[in-house]
Amino acid sequence: MNEASAVAAALAPAAFKSDIKPVWCPGCGDYGVVNALSKALAKLSLRPENVAIVSGIGCSSRIPAYTSCYGFHGVHGRALAAGTGLKIARPDLTVIVTGGDGDGYSIGGNHFLHACRRNVDMTYIVMDNRVYGMTKGQPSPTTEPDWDSKLSPEGTGLREFLPMVVALASGANFIARAFTGDPNGLAEVLVQAVRHPGFSFVEVLSPCITFRPEQLEWKKMVKPGALKPARDVARAARRMLRDDGFDLGVLYAGERAAYQPRGPRMAREAAELARGFAL
Amino acid sequence: MNRPSSAGDPAATRLASVSIALAGSGGAGVMTAGNMLLEAAAQAGYYALMTRSSGPQIRGGEAAAMVRIASCPIECMEDHFHILAAVDWENVYRFGSEIPLAAEGLIVGDPDAGEPHEIFTRSGAARASVPLKKLAKGIADGRPNMVLLGLVAGLIDLPEEAVTRAVEKTLGKRIAARAPSLAAVAAGRSAAASIERHYLLAPAARGGSERWLITGNEAAGYGAILGGVRFVAAYPITPATELLEWLAPSLAQVGGTLVQAEDELASINMTIGASYGGVPSLTATSGPGLALMVESLGLAVTSETPVVVVDVMRVGPSTGIPTKSEQADLNIALYGLHGDAPHLVLAPNSVADCLRTTQWAVNLAETLQSPAIVLSDQFLGQARAVIDRPEPGGMAPAGREVAAANATGYRRYAVTASGVSPMAIPGTAGVTYTADGLEHSERGTPSSQATDHAAQLEKRRRKLDSADYGGHWADVEGDGALAVVTFGSCTGPLREAVAAAAADGVPLRLISIRLLAPAQPQRLAAALSGVRKALVVEQNHTGQLHKYLHAECRFACEVSSLHKPGGAQFTPGELHRHLMDWSRA
Repeated sequence: MNEASAVAAALAPAAFKSDIKPVWCPGCGDYGVVNALSKALAKLSLRPENVAIVSGIGCSSRIPAYTSCYGFHGVHGRALAAGTGLKIARPDLTVIVTGGDGDGYSIGGNHFLHACRRNVDMTYIVMDNRVYGMTKGQPSPTTEPDWDSKLSPEGTGLREFLPMVVALASGANFIARAFTGDPNGLAEVLVQAVRHPGFSFVEVLSPCITFRPEQLEWKKMVKPGALKPARDVARAARRMLRDDGFDLGVLYAGERAAYQPRGPRMAREAAELARGFAL
Repeated sequence: MNRPSSAGDPAATRLASVSIALAGSGGAGVMTAGNMLLEAAAQAGYYALMTRSSGPQIRGGEAAAMVRIASCPIECMEDHFHILAAVDWENVYRFGSEIPLAAEGLIVGDPDAGEPHEIFTRSGAARASVPLKKLAKGIADGRPNMVLLGLVAGLIDLPEEAVTRAVEKTLGKRIAARAPSLAAVAAGRSAAASIERHYLLAPAARGGSERWLITGNEAAGYGAILGGVRFVAAYPITPATELLEWLAPSLAQVGGTLVQAEDELASINMTIGASYGGVPSLTATSGPGLALMVESLGLAVTSETPVVVVDVMRVGPSTGIPTKSEQADLNIALYGLHGDAPHLVLAPNSVADCLRTTQWAVNLAETLQSPAIVLSDQFLGQARAVIDRPEPGGMAPAGREVAAANATGYRRYAVTASGVSPMAIPGTAGVTYTADGLEHSERGTPSSQATDHAAQLEKRRRKLDSADYGGHWADVEGDGALAVVTFGSCTGPLREAVAAAAADGVPLRLISIRLLAPAQPQRLAAALSGVRKALVVEQNHTGQLHKYLHAECRFACEVSSLHKPGGAQFTPGELHRHLMDWSRA
């Protein structure tokens, strides 16, 4: 095979998977994300070396090592920051930030707001299971207020965090919801998310059958195609008023230009800067 | 200190160094006048140093510009000021402790703008009055601060043409402001003739190398760029902000980027992310920001991602005194990371050295794939100085060792003899890996095996311990059976104190440590060879360097500690007295 055809040849989804066995429980929704992501990257005709998967801490944050792409498994809550630095420093790479609801909305909540605002051209996949799985069953920001647990007996009493509403208000340029029980639908949303310029946010309902076995019911509750992409923020916001958390599809596909470093960028020699100091 | 001279006496002794404080209420323009005085001194061929102080108000509070001008290179302020010149006296008393006046000093102010506070007059300094406002009013668009500048220039005999050039350069394109400013300066200079007491500067040492006018923060920024940094993410914080404000446009000129992050947690992680992508990266902050960054610095250690953090130290803990200098972040820089997390800690010891040390820190971080913390401080960072152009000095970069595409059997964290393993840069085919804060095997796969943990810990320690740091680990100066050991901004006043002690017949060795971690016990022992006793000098409340050196080094001599908390810098005279007493004890 000559070089030109090597570049042109799209890889099979399997080429985006590594040989490392996931730490996840059998039946975990996150397996579906590895599968869908592999399909999406193959469909996008990307190569593993040009994709970087960045994550924080939690069950779902283990995902980078299960791919054959470049991976960065950092500290809890800071994946969006690491991904932002990487994408700005290396705009040639496809950067995908991954994590869970605790990592993204609780400890990393501030970065979520500012990543939406900043609108760097990358994709953020949150695998939401409404529980801290790695620490074995504590409520997260998206957990129902009355969900009983050892750490919060009888529930937190706190209203759920609404990630898509926050993403919309904060300026994310592409917002969608998908379900791991529908890997083809998820793969299609991921393809759109990666292609869309600016910050793309994909909320993935990813059941934790170990600590939230009731989430097995999600497959009956989801409504594929219920969301239709709006270009208008106000329209998308109104649509969210009718959302029960199980409407699937693309909510919003905006036209805001992706982040660009401002000011004139030149390629001067570093030594030229010393002129400003010389008398 | 030097005796003042009389204007009328041509044979009068000229001073090698003169210190002037310009003060006034907000909006009086003393900072502008101070900057022009500094620039004029530079134009006249003098070395100079300016520090500034202001009230707690964000804008409009009282302000003081402290300027020292000398015929030889200087790295610190003097013990006393010769001249305190004020546009007015409103709240200027607040600078009483920062502007100690010499008994033979001079207080000069506008008789129509109140009286100097007793905190100044009790020094015994002479008093003189010049109607600054009236003189300024006599000139269309004339301003009292420009009269003040001319007055001071006259008192110290700064050449007229140097002051003119400084005024023109500072005003830049504001051509219309030139004539009134220069007329006001001339009026001030004429007024100086009526004052009996003058402080004439010794002639400037002309020639030699090119001179720069630069702050330590700017020097650190330039050093970073020379070291190859092309990505910076940071959050504003006093006194590091100017470093970032210099870097933002400068990085763009060399094709780099600065991102203002949402907080320091984001700054450090953006920096780590960019560096993982192969771009040398840096962030700058002060103590509170460094405290937020330490968890992620551990990630940089474990994932072996090069990154540089410049900590422009201020008084802590907590918010402390943001505008004052202290060397009390040494402990957090050395020990703040959880787990066994070897990393680099360096400290520049002068404004000029901020350039070299930051450049070296970038080189070391890249070569050793390690985080490096550079401990600058508020004094070094915000002092504006006339210096000889720093020599690019032998701290040549080895650079980051990267993995080749499709390298057979590539293992990102391979245990090598040097401890450094080639790093695959995203975009390189056939060597993809996941960088991890989890302990990992050589391949990078997360591992909870004790053997993997021990092997990786040892590798990460070895790469720092076995590196060749050459002669840059410290500046070792002088000789003698007595030694002073220090770091950072204490070095400047100590150099003068050691020179004064030598003039008194007490030769001293001065060791200013630039590479604080990893500790260099053997090099320190060699530098202390033949020393009978040593004194560790630092600016913090608990003697952090003294304790650290005791933990890391075996001393063959008696070692004691001299430390004081931040807020006020050590001065040469203060240290000279200490050194003389200590040498006799």
